[in-house]
Formats: sequence, structure tokens, C-alpha cells
Amino acid sequence: MALIEIDHLVKRFGTHTVLQGLDLNVTEHEVVCLIGSSGCGKSTLLRCINGLEDIQGGEVRLHGDRVSGPGVDLNALRRDVGIVFQSFNLFPHMNVLQNIMLAPRKVLGLTRPEAEERAFLLLRRIGLESKAHDYPDRLSGGQQQRVAIIRALAMDPLVLLLDEVTSALDPELVSEVLAMIRELAEEGMTMILATHEMGFAREVAHKVCFLHEGKVHEEGPPERIFSAPERERTRIFLKRIIDAGRL
Amino acid sequence: MSARPFGNRATRGAQWREPRPPADPFLLTLTAFFVTGGAVLLGAWSSDFIRASLKAGGDYLPWMAWLLYGWIAIAIVPAAQAFRAYRGGRRRAEALRQGDIAAARIAASESRGAAWTSIAVAFFLFILLGLGIFLFTNDRAVGRTFFSWPIMRDTFGLILRAFGLNVTIFCVTEIFVLVWGLVVALARLAPGRAGGALRMLAIAYTDIFRGLPSIITLYLIGFGLPLTGLPIFAAIPTPWLAILALTLTYGAYVTEVYRAGIESVHDSQIAAARSLGLTHLQTMRYVVVPQALRRIGPPLLNDFIGLQKDTALVNVIGAIDAFNQAKIIASNHFNLSAVTTVGLLFVLILIPQTRFVDWWIARDARERRAGRA
Repeated sequence: MALIEIDHLVKRFGTHTVLQGLDLNVTEHEVVCLIGSSGCGKSTLLRCINGLEDIQGGEVRLHGDRVSGPGVDLNALRRDVGIVFQSFNLFPHMNVLQNIMLAPRKVLGLTRPEAEERAFLLLRRIGLESKAHDYPDRLSGGQQQRVAIIRALAMDPLVLLLDEVTSALDPELVSEVLAMIRELAEEGMTMILATHEMGFAREVAHKVCFLHEGKVHEEGPPERIFSAPERERTRIFLKRIIDAGRL
Repeated sequence: MSARPFGNRATRGAQWREPRPPADPFLLTLTAFFVTGGAVLLGAWSSDFIRASLKAGGDYLPWMAWLLYGWIAIAIVPAAQAFRAYRGGRRRAEALRQGDIAAARIAASESRGAAWTSIAVAFFLFILLGLGIFLFTNDRAVGRTFFSWPIMRDTFGLILRAFGLNVTIFCVTEIFVLVWGLVVALARLAPGRAGGALRMLAIAYTDIFRGLPSIITLYLIGFGLPLTGLPIFAAIPTPWLAILALTLTYGAYVTEVYRAGIESVHDSQIAAARSLGLTHLQTMRYVVVPQALRRIGPPLLNDFIGLQKDTALVNVIGAIDAFNQAKIIASNHFNLSAVTTVGLLFVLILIPQTRFVDWWIARDARERRAGRA
């Protein structure tokens, strides 16, 4: 059974329909990359899975449980589904350690020493334990984003959603974040990435989904999508990416 | 050939590239001399006037002449500045004759700066003189009524003790307002359909109590609550009724300050907190409100200063605060000098607070420039 099942998801902002009946399945340990032109709904899809947007139709299931629509315990869902944003969104009034410990303490009910132990374990993994007591504005963009990722990991989520996590970074800082995601993929973390880094998607993804007109227009293993796309729109999109020198 | 949308590059904006000689500061310099002269003349005249007034009252002593005429010495400052302005003008003319436009510009700028300093100091003198005349005119009527030193000295202790009530009222009210304002602001921002009723209540409250003049709220609470005949209300001492009324009024203002602060925290912060599984209230408590608090300090203190002054209104419900005490003294002595004492106390207590706000704003700006906050 798939870990995440999305059936016929509809999302409208006012009269503007962003997702119109989107279907997607994600199995455990799978890395799925969402690609498509800007505004095609990659970010909206991720926000819908996490319950940050209310949806107008269809449903999202996690482990077979419906986690969208009325009456769902969103706080419980979000414990299992972590999300990392393009703009990091670290809490500027807390230092790195406090940023990581907040949710484990307040949501999971960990004691301070337990939360601190977990935070330092994660910080050591990314080599930033020396920054534990610094405020986010003292960190580079790449460091901030890596802290944002382990802030989400500190909740021990089943799935990690990554929303264009390298788009706001200076080019020379992108690789440190990508290396970290690659490592997570190798460890078997289930992830859904919205990304513009086609080379990275090709390398790390098990499945690539091309979003167009509010639906998954074409999906498949990266080798096939990138070298032999079947559908016309996918070909046009990829040609533009190649022309821009991004693949 | 197609038209050139920006004109000919060789002639475009030529008038701005041509070095232009600086404007002549002559008129400004002349004004500086005029204003300074006027200040000296008016100073001499009003010193005569005050001396005559003191003599008529039999209070004049010879050493007072030093004080009376000595203060015209302040006029040395605008006079010197006016002279500097004149010299700067001369140097400008000289530099222009030699074709040195840069030097002329520097000289003209110094001349204008000196002239403005001169005018500003002279105006300060005018204000001082006006104040002196105001106090001594009509046989020192204003001075005697509002600035009688013996009365101010003898009643200072009484006034200061009564002022303690003002200080107590506003300190207690400020603490209540801080809590109450936050509660109402959170109700105002309660989410979802379930929060609808709370939001409506909060809106109605802020609309009513921001609209009502605080003196009317004082009447309603001060006279209304005891009239209910309920023993709990009837037993409340007057100062506590005043605290209640002022809390209701200023709580409504401060609610809006809190709300503005909370709404200034970016949505992405809320999304980040909620995505980690924090509830709405936890998000407010740990993420939004702490960030909002750093931004609302200055407007909050602004409202508190208004509140402090409004404690002078509590006399309408019979509390013996400093202003009420001063009114009692005034009717006993047929003299309003004690009221002046109260006014001075309010100003004195304000000054450290405004400096504190200035410091706070400056620190905030520094941190923002440094990329924090």
C-alpha cells in the first residue's frame, strides 16, 4: 500500500483553479520529484499535503487514513509530515538549538534534555553543532536551510516535503543542501521535492512527476522522463530547460 | 530613421552638467542680522519692562540688573553667526571672481548654515522674552497666579503625596492593560468559524471603548457601578474604580497596538510553526507574540504616556489625586501655583520615558540594519 495516496485533489484560490483532480501515490522510501513551470502548483500541492491549505475536492490519505477535509486532526498529521520551505522560515528570535527543540518539546512532549540530545545528534550530523547557540541571522543561507531541514527531522516525520529548498540560495551554497538531501534519500527517507534542479532530480529521484494544468501530466522513472518523454508538453518543458542550460 | 526617444545624447541634460555658481546667501544673511537685532532690542525693552514691574511691586534689588540685562548676552551667539554668514558671502564672491566654483560652493554653504543657526537662536531668544513678558505683564498677574514660589514651596509635599496616587493608578493600570490588551487582541485574531463570536465581541469592545472619551468611561464606571446596589461593586474603593475605567479605555487602544504587532509577523512564520505540529495557541505563544512584542514597544509606551496624563481626570469621581489636591489648594489660596507643580511633575515623569522610547527605536533600527529582528 502506498504511504501517501492523493485522489483527485482540487485546489482553488478564489476563481483560479490551481490543482484540478490531481492523483499521486508515494510509497515508503520513495523519492518523488515534482517538476513543471512556475505557477503549475508544485508548492500548492506540498502545502495541501501538509494541511497548510484547505482543499476544495478530492482527498489525501496517509497510511490509508484520510488526512484532508473537515474533522481531521491537522496537528497529528503535521507530526508525521514535515515540510521545509524555500525561504527557510527559521524563527528569528530563537537560536538554532531553540528552533530545533521547540516542536519536539511542545508537540511531542520531550523533556529539555531529551530534546537537546536529539537536536545535538542532528546538528552533529550536519557539522553545525558549533552554531547551536547562534541566531539564524548569523548563519549563511545554506546553513539556515540545513538547520530548517533538521528542525523538520527532529519531529521524526514519516515523510519530508521539500518546497524548492535551494531556490533562494546563492549558487555556491546549493551543493551543501543537495548533498544533505542526497544523504537522506540514501537512508530511505520518504520525500517529495518540488524542484528546479533537474540534474539533481534526475540523480536522486525514484519517480519524476511533470505537473501541467493542475494534474500530473506525465510520471515515470527519471531516465525515461528526462531522455524519452512521451507527451508533447513534457518535451516542450524539458527543451526549454535544456535551452537555458539547466540540464 | 526612427525617432530618438531620449533626445540627442550630446545635448540631453546639458544644463545639469554645466557647473553652476552657488546661489547668493545675501538675503538669508540680511534676515539673520535683522532677527538678531530685533531680539536684542526686544530683550532690552522687556528687561526694562520687567524691572519696572519689579520696582512697582517693591521687589527690585540692584543685583537683579545683572540677571535682567545679562541674559541679552545670549544674543552674542546669533550675532556671531550672522557675522560668519556675512564673511562666508564675501568669500563666495571672491572665489567666483577667481572662477573657483567649488570653493564658492563651500563658502556659500557655510554662509547659509551660519545664517540659519543665527535665525534659530534668535527665535529661541524671542520665545524666552515672550515668556518673560507673559509672566510679568498686567502687574505680574500670570506670574503671581501660576508661579508663586512660596505657595509652590509650601504645598509641594502635599502635592507630591497626592501624585503618589496618580503613579499608583497608572502603574497598576499599565500592568492590567498589558494583560487585558493581549487577551482581547488574541480574541480578535481567533481563527476559524468557532472564533467568530469571540472576534465580534473583541471588535465591539474596541470600537466602544476607543470611541468613548475617557472622562465619560470614568463617569460610567465611577458612578454607575456603585449604583447597581450590589455589595461587591459598592465596596470598591474609588481609586480601583478609576483603575478599572482606565484599563477599559486604554485596553482598547493597546489591543490595537498588539494586533498591529501580531499581524506584522509574516505568514511564513505561522506556516513554519503550524507545519511542525504546533497548535494555533502554541504558535501565538512561542513564535508570533514574542516577535510582535519587540516591535510594539514604542507605540505601547506612547499609549502609556497618554494614560499617565489621563490619571489627572480621576478627580471627577472624587479620588484625591495630585490635580484634585491642587484644586483644593487653589481654592484655599486663590492661587493656581500648585497646579503648575502638578504640571511640572507630569512633565518630569515623562522625560525619562520618552528618552527610553527613543533609545528603544534607535536600537530597533540598529538591529534591523544588522539584519536581526
